[in-house]
Amino acid sequence: MNPTGLLLATFILSIVGLFAFIWSLRKGLFDAESSGARTIFSAGEIGRTEEPAASSQQHQALQQVTDRSDARSSRRQEISAAELAVRAAADRSSAFPAYLLFACAVVWLIVGSAAGLVSSLKLHWPDLLTDTAWLSFGRLRAIHLNTVAYGWAPMGLLGLAMWMLPRLLKTPLLGGRLIILGAVIWNAGLIAGLGGIAVGINAGMEWLEIPWQIGGMFAVGGMLIGLPMAFMLPKRKVHHLYVSVWYIGAALFWFPTLYLVAKIPGLHFGMEMATMNWWFGHNVLGLFFTPLSIACVYYFLPKVIGRPVQSYNLSLLGFWTLAFFYGQVGAHHLIGGPIPEWLITLSIVQSVMMIIPVVAFSLNQHLTLQGHFGALKHSPTLRFIFFGAVMYTITSLQGSMEALRSLNAVTHFTHFTVAHAHLGMYGFVSMVIFGGVYFAMPRILDTPWPKQKLIALHFWLVVAGFAVYIVTLSIGGLLQGLVLLDPARQFMDSVAVTLPWLQGRSLGGALMTLGHLCFAAHVLLITLRSGLLTQPVRTTVHSPA
Amino acid sequence: MENELKLISGAMVTLSLATAAMVVVPFMQLKDVPAPEALAPYTSEQLRGRQVYIANGCIACHTQQPSITGAGRADAQRGWGRASVAADYHYDQPPLLGTMRTGPDLFNIGARQPSADWHLGHLFQPRAYVPGSNMPAYRFMFEIKDPATVGKGERVVTLPPGTVAYDKVVVAKPEALDLVAYLQGMNHTYPVLTLEQAENLTRTAAPAGADGAGKDAPNTEKAGADNAAATKP
Repeated sequence: MNPTGLLLATFILSIVGLFAFIWSLRKGLFDAESSGARTIFSAGEIGRTEEPAASSQQHQALQQVTDRSDARSSRRQEISAAELAVRAAADRSSAFPAYLLFACAVVWLIVGSAAGLVSSLKLHWPDLLTDTAWLSFGRLRAIHLNTVAYGWAPMGLLGLAMWMLPRLLKTPLLGGRLIILGAVIWNAGLIAGLGGIAVGINAGMEWLEIPWQIGGMFAVGGMLIGLPMAFMLPKRKVHHLYVSVWYIGAALFWFPTLYLVAKIPGLHFGMEMATMNWWFGHNVLGLFFTPLSIACVYYFLPKVIGRPVQSYNLSLLGFWTLAFFYGQVGAHHLIGGPIPEWLITLSIVQSVMMIIPVVAFSLNQHLTLQGHFGALKHSPTLRFIFFGAVMYTITSLQGSMEALRSLNAVTHFTHFTVAHAHLGMYGFVSMVIFGGVYFAMPRILDTPWPKQKLIALHFWLVVAGFAVYIVTLSIGGLLQGLVLLDPARQFMDSVAVTLPWLQGRSLGGALMTLGHLCFAAHVLLITLRSGLLTQPVRTTVHSPA
Repeated sequence: MENELKLISGAMVTLSLATAAMVVVPFMQLKDVPAPEALAPYTSEQLRGRQVYIANGCIACHTQQPSITGAGRADAQRGWGRASVAADYHYDQPPLLGTMRTGPDLFNIGARQPSADWHLGHLFQPRAYVPGSNMPAYRFMFEIKDPATVGKGERVVTLPPGTVAYDKVVVAKPEALDLVAYLQGMNHTYPVLTLEQAENLTRTAAPAGADGAGKDAPNTEKAGADNAAATKP
């Protein structure tokens, strides 16, 4: 086994692959028009804002922002009734499966927040609740991670994906029952898995704590939820596949593959298990949560302001570079560890290469929003989505820097990494889900949100809590890392230096949890108002405007 | 893009590349690495203790990977031992490397702290031994009893004065005893070769040293120094 030769071969292979894709994409996609970006708009719809979460006043103000910056919109034509009917049918077809996934996601969000908050308190209050095994720090922390990673985030994102797909493909959802079945299996797996962790059944790997006998249900459930897309693609009414479909499609294939390979019993061993662990741990973020969230941004952001993505080609470049580079970054979690050095180097290189898709994405969303930043004031959806997109840029660039050996030496093994993880999973993924749910839910239930003020309260509580969380924990982590690197200082100094910052983290976490309670209460209110629970059959859906 | 097949096959090709780099090649490179001679397989008590370690998420705060590079630069001076190598984890399924040092590295905790009494008492109330520690107390692994009700064969924990009420004693449950057996067994102070050193050795000395007798010689001095550092309390 010659590592240098292997590395060279992989390098050449990836370069060849990249060029092959660029060549294949050139055909028709790099023209100046980039008509693909208009796929998500009906004829005459560009220049019209869609924002179901806004009150009628907000919606008017939002439309004014778009009118001011887009002269074309003054010559707007009417959208044909036929196109509106197609969209209404598409929304109706996905309503129940999407609602089910959202409802589960909200429940898991509350469970996950509670587990996270208590874990955080225990770090500076270590004698809290120590008489019960399942309430001990190590178990609650694993429960927090798994609830968020397999409950809240995937169900929220899959719900949004299933709700967007019929709109993106202009085809009613096919196989909605498979989604329901998949969601039931997934939830059953999660309940069993969390119960297992609580009583001490744990597979011992981060992100893979749930043992394979139970975790297999995630792979099966994920595949069932993905199948409708495979049915719909051949029957789609659009010629072009919008960039969101790419991200959704790839993610739905990537996740079951990742999970199955990671959980094959008896195959992995020793240090290879550790490299596999981080191949999975990082790819479930990079190849599942990230692409699904980006798919949401690429749909909701243009839709709300009524303006197509500015540089569609840039979005395609972003997709393939993400697919190429992100898959190999995981070993930066093992820098300095007992694994082959070439693997660590490879991961550092690919981590830095991630700057390409991130900058492509950020530049694109900035260019798209240019002239429309006033819309942030009037659209609750856009506020959450935009905040999420900005956090994606920050967390990704921060991640690339953290992979560099010099910076990694300070941040590795510290709370800084935890702060970084929350910047991604919360600042980016969760905020995008919030925004998406605010947009989709009124369409699903055919009812406006009952209390606009709750949306604003939710936003400011989580943003304030999140800011406190990130700032305090990042500072605490950096100080901890500096003490750990200094051999002249006692280890206990590294604990003492973090304690005030850990208390700050708990405060931030409490504010975030409060925000989630607002959100959950609002979802309950809109459900009650819609009569979903009392009247099983609905016939109408609001027109898109 | 109009072609969904191209999309999905492209996506799967990129994932295969990542899988080859991070799963398949390490598999091939590491599958024949033998266990160090001095590393004993776990006893059944230690294996049960390892399960207790996993079940209670100790990995969330403790690493098991001293290093000489990156974030591990100060490890040897703290007495945490030489840098670990892949072979050290031969009997670990899965390895418990950890990514967080809220608490110290435990790869050589058995060498640093061999006393079972210390470990038991520390698990019951960490702050009685390490002031300022934020390690959770593992009270649920112990029973607080009247001295008269202690059964034969039950392990009474010796505690610093003031840790429990004066008329009570603390008895360790089996899970605590197993966990401590695992912690006491964590001792990787024997000398080893890194993968690179072993490969260089076989490449340069293959014809003469085919019996492998001289394999340990070149690194003994350095390993010995690390060894001494590792056992420093």
